[in-house]
Amino acid sequence: MTLHQTHTEHLDSETGKLGMWIFLFTELFLFGGLFLVYSIFRAKYSAEFHVAAAELNAFIGTMNTVFLLVSSMTVAMALTAIQKGERKLALFLLLTTILLAGLFMLNKYFEWSHKFEYGIYPGSPVLKNMSHGELLFFGLYYMMTGLHAFHVMIGMVLLSINVVKVKAGTVNSTRFLMLENSALYWHLVDLIWIFLFPLLYLIT
Amino acid sequence: MKHDDKHISSYESLVIVLAILLALTTISVLITGFHLGPLTVAVALLIASVKVAIVLTQFMHLKFENRFLRLAVSGVFLLFALVVIITFIDYFFR
Repeated sequence: MTLHQTHTEHLDSETGKLGMWIFLFTELFLFGGLFLVYSIFRAKYSAEFHVAAAELNAFIGTMNTVFLLVSSMTVAMALTAIQKGERKLALFLLLTTILLAGLFMLNKYFEWSHKFEYGIYPGSPVLKNMSHGELLFFGLYYMMTGLHAFHVMIGMVLLSINVVKVKAGTVNSTRFLMLENSALYWHLVDLIWIFLFPLLYLIT
Repeated sequence: MKHDDKHISSYESLVIVLAILLALTTISVLITGFHLGPLTVAVALLIASVKVAIVLTQFMHLKFENRFLRLAVSGVFLLFALVVIITFIDYFFR
């Protein structure tokens, strides 16, 4: 007697998406914890936070906000394109998103290296001579923007995998959960930045 | 396969959403130039919250998802708000 087993591949995209959302909830609390620490210290050292925040370049911050907002739109459009079966357009939009993410990182590189030139980096002698509140501000600034930038890089990797999969046809108009979830991740990166930007750059 | 009821965001609507988000960003940048004191933070956070709500409902497609997911997301944001409020109560009245 032989047993015949057949494996029918089953893709439950609703559940797959729910799983991604639950992961995003944990991400929200990861950053949420940092936002909470920031809020309490800002309440405690508001004057020092204002002085320290004046060091940040609001123009670079605004530029990066625009990059992320536009990239959020292009990735949402990439999903629309793949759902409509417009593969070439989806690829173009995904590559545009990755390019915008790259520009964001480039900006971050200039921003940080400019601070390093002035001796403002975690553990630097300049920072040690600053007031306690300023020290806390820069500590939080590097932690929050650093963790966010790390997420941007992960997002770039995810989007690149999607480019390969769209090219290979494994992400297509009937199977696009991978792209949908990667887009959700990318929007979260945008969402975190929407709060980071006014809290760090616009408080002078 | 249930593809019939799947909502696909149109390119036009996504462009409009981006335009609104950029307009709100401009407002929040301009408003910091006015030195409204403690109000500045409140206004900046209010605008940020509106932007986040737009990203969630439009870009992240929550407006067209099922009720369970929408409730779950609202619940998580509510939970975070509670954590913030309780922490501040602890901080101010300790």
